[in-house]
Amino acid sequence: MIEPRLKVATCSLAGCFGCHMSLLDLDERLFDLAERVELDRSPLTDIKELGECDIGLIEGGVCNAENVHVLMEFRARCKTLIAIGACALNGGIPAMRNQFALKDCLEESYLRGVGLVDPQIPNDPEIPLLLAQVHPVHEVVKIDYFLPGCPPSADTIWTFVNQLLSGQPVALSYTQIHYD
Amino acid sequence: MAEPMTFAQTVRDIVRRHGGLSTRLLQILREVQDHLTWLPSEALEQVAEELGLSPDKVRGVAKFYSFLYTDPRGSYDILFSDNITDRMLGNRELLHYLCERFGIGIGETRADGVVSVGTTSCTGMCDQGPAALVNGYTLTRLDRARLDRIVELVNGRIPLEQWPREFFEVTSNIRRADILLGRHFADGAAVRAVLRRGPEAMLDELVKSGLRGQGGAGYKSAAKWMACRNAPGEVKYVVCNADEGEPGTFKDRVLMQDFADLVFEGMTLCGRVIGARQGFVYLRGEYRYLLKALRETLQRRRETGLLGEAILGDPSFNFDIDIHLGAGAYVCGEESALIESLEGKHGVPRIRPPFPTTHGYLNRPTVVNNVETFAAAAKIAVEGGEWFASRGTAESKGTKLLSLSGDCERPGIYEYPFGVTVQRVLEDCGARDAQGIQMAGPAGHTVSAKQFGRRICFEDLATGGSFMVFDRSRDILDGIRNFTQFFVHESCGFCTPCRVGTSLMRDLVTKVHTGHGTRQDLEEMRKLGRIMQVACHCGLGQTAPNPVLDSLDEFPEAYERRLRSTAYEPAFDLNAALEEARQLTGRRDPGAYLNERDLLLGAMP
Amino acid sequence: MNEQPHFILDGRRVPFEDGQTLMTAALEAGVYIPHLCFNPEFTPHGSCRVCLVKVNGRVQAACTTPAAAGLTVQSEIEELRELRRGILQMLFVEGNHVCPACEKSGACQLQAVAYYVGMLAPHYTHFYPRHPVDASHPEAVIDFNRCILCELCVRASRDVDGKNVFAIQGRGLQARLVVNTPSGQLGATSFSIDDKAAQVCPTGTILIKHRGYETPIGQRLYDRKPISMVGDVAQVPESQGGRRHD
Repeated sequence: MIEPRLKVATCSLAGCFGCHMSLLDLDERLFDLAERVELDRSPLTDIKELGECDIGLIEGGVCNAENVHVLMEFRARCKTLIAIGACALNGGIPAMRNQFALKDCLEESYLRGVGLVDPQIPNDPEIPLLLAQVHPVHEVVKIDYFLPGCPPSADTIWTFVNQLLSGQPVALSYTQIHYD
Repeated sequence: MAEPMTFAQTVRDIVRRHGGLSTRLLQILREVQDHLTWLPSEALEQVAEELGLSPDKVRGVAKFYSFLYTDPRGSYDILFSDNITDRMLGNRELLHYLCERFGIGIGETRADGVVSVGTTSCTGMCDQGPAALVNGYTLTRLDRARLDRIVELVNGRIPLEQWPREFFEVTSNIRRADILLGRHFADGAAVRAVLRRGPEAMLDELVKSGLRGQGGAGYKSAAKWMACRNAPGEVKYVVCNADEGEPGTFKDRVLMQDFADLVFEGMTLCGRVIGARQGFVYLRGEYRYLLKALRETLQRRRETGLLGEAILGDPSFNFDIDIHLGAGAYVCGEESALIESLEGKHGVPRIRPPFPTTHGYLNRPTVVNNVETFAAAAKIAVEGGEWFASRGTAESKGTKLLSLSGDCERPGIYEYPFGVTVQRVLEDCGARDAQGIQMAGPAGHTVSAKQFGRRICFEDLATGGSFMVFDRSRDILDGIRNFTQFFVHESCGFCTPCRVGTSLMRDLVTKVHTGHGTRQDLEEMRKLGRIMQVACHCGLGQTAPNPVLDSLDEFPEAYERRLRSTAYEPAFDLNAALEEARQLTGRRDPGAYLNERDLLLGAMP
Repeated sequence: MNEQPHFILDGRRVPFEDGQTLMTAALEAGVYIPHLCFNPEFTPHGSCRVCLVKVNGRVQAACTTPAAAGLTVQSEIEELRELRRGILQMLFVEGNHVCPACEKSGACQLQAVAYYVGMLAPHYTHFYPRHPVDASHPEAVIDFNRCILCELCVRASRDVDGKNVFAIQGRGLQARLVVNTPSGQLGATSFSIDDKAAQVCPTGTILIKHRGYETPIGQRLYDRKPISMVGDVAQVPESQGGRRHD
């Protein structure tokens, strides 16, 4: 019997794609997964347009206007939204810039950086505008599940996904919860 | 600042005048600041050296109290009382006006160092606001004309002593008197009575009277005195809690202004009963204007044999009273924090048990009672316990002083037998159109009109005396938000749920108040409030969520009419968060903004 | 026969001696109650509020509540786990706890207690305060972003080291750990990495220089077993991944 596959979308906002790499670490379990889910928009499929999905996985925090757009769209189109990894949960490494004023960050990078020619702060409309601070995703949209880790291990992701897909309550073992 | 030599000499003189005692640290710092307008590092270090304390300890105290400044302030330091009752009387508009006249922002000091303007928690002048403090002295009934005159006085560097007296006038506004305020009391009558009866008979009268702590907690006074009397130790203390910080309360102000003898007498007889030779009045910094007169009263009592050595000629009756001035910390109203402050430390509540009756001031047995409690005890000494107990209810004997303010025709002090209904009080004070009251201050109860039949007593609505009226023209949420800000400012920072929770609560209420909240946020407030109520170290944190939790139940529409129809709203203003980048890049293209349509996408149910 | 007085903790008899608190008695009986500001070597403080238990139905801090015969104490119940989670979440949003960038990650008591109570995410809105890092001392660094105001270093430096290097200053959310020198710099104090104060920090606030990331992930103090089995980082010897000097 073939059950209809659940539609899953993923994205990486202000993150390093490490959580996606961890997802790929599922290795041969990816075949099992592929029988149960169908990937929609994701860096793994290169589908650009987000369709109506059952599950959205968000990696990374919110650092710019584009992140806000993407996150809002995911929230609107995904029935269940999951924040995955330290950056999505508390801003993580990118949020370390919150220690400084945005002005200082931009000037340090673009005006005072080493080897710059004709230094200027980029202002092309193509480049997403930065928020004053980096925020975790739950400060912008409602999140249904949180999966900590930097990144969460493939085992953790596998346990979580299995529980979620089978409708069980999510319960991770001690070694599966870590913040780094 | 003064010349280095004189500066050092000034500090040394002040420390000497206080006997070089570290318990006087807060008093010493207050006086040093009076001379220097703020407390520079060198001054703190010198105070530390003179007292034999570590500099960090002294700096820690200086940084704890909001009336002590470790950064330069103006020679004229003006602080607007920012209770909701001051706001109802238009203080914000006046505050902005004064800042504009001086050309400074709120909380700033003018470049010439002459004047600074800021805000402070309720100064206890709710019946005659908008109020402010200038260098710690109370200004009442502010209006534009008065502020214009103040601007001239400040710019002319006119010393405070030469400012018009009426600016500083504090009236008592006693509107209703019963047994405490209404009956004549002859100085010395209570002390004589306790001498005649003896301490044990006095305790019996106190038991019969059923007197309970009038600060609001309602602990039986006789039990407290007895526990202290029976506690081992030769040295014991009496402490009068006149740190009346609960916004909206000002009855202790009136007692200290008009009935100081009664209060001192209550303390003196307590000293006799428990076997203490020393008493302290911990007077809130906001009531500094009373200090001079109170000291004169104490001196007069010494001269007439009612205080000091051999009271009324009895060589075994020695008791004296000293006044400590607070420096802007609501938490010091909590008795163990008050004791810490009295010892010259920063006012963090102690772990209890042990209680002050066995381990109080300097770890000696100590009775801490409210001003009104001591006043009542003095009356009981004269008139007897049964006389007192003939008024009130089964569990709440005697009378209660209420401080009425807000939307009523006759704000002021009302003394009622316990058990009076809210409705009756509202009628008497001329509150015609009340939609609700805040009873017992922000830490108390938010009461809506459907509960106006409730009675004021420990069995029903317990109160320390604050009674703020909101009529139907008011937005209850203005008050609730003001209260949450009050707790943010007054949290001592010791325990996690209060230190962090008060700010989280303020931010949630602000989010809803400014029209950015959803039902989800209301649920968050309830959850957070429940954590704070059970998890906080002291009463401050445990009661801090009360106004929010109460008003969510009593005035749900005040919240709901502001809610967005969306399921979820961001915790911060997303579009505003792009403004800094817009300025840095000069971008004004559509992509440089997040419009309402963008934001609604992720927020729908 | 006089039987030793005891109270009941989660259905278990916990004997105690006069002067013990619920926490010290439980600890001696081998029952873990999560905590941060408590350290058996110091006077109880009662500030973090993580050790809340229900005593005869009333919520109280186990570290400051005197043990008494006949008490019924609950600790491992969902209601308290939720309360403790809430308090942990407040601590996480109050500071800047970037675990992936912290040398003490894996051997951090704040983290371990958060794991223990099942905290998945910080939940509240982050304050992102701006705190300095003090690297002025030749052998130690203080990252104030990670301070949870437990005052253990304050107590250790004052009561054990006799140096009084640290203090808490300020009120409310502005309360801060400070270093007792005019410059506020650790390098200007007599602080030494052999001090007790260097061994008690439950987080990565006080760090020894040149010693980061020594233990591989998977072998760190709390990587495999929960804090209830491993113990506090301040009680575990350095050789076993803790902070206590051997």
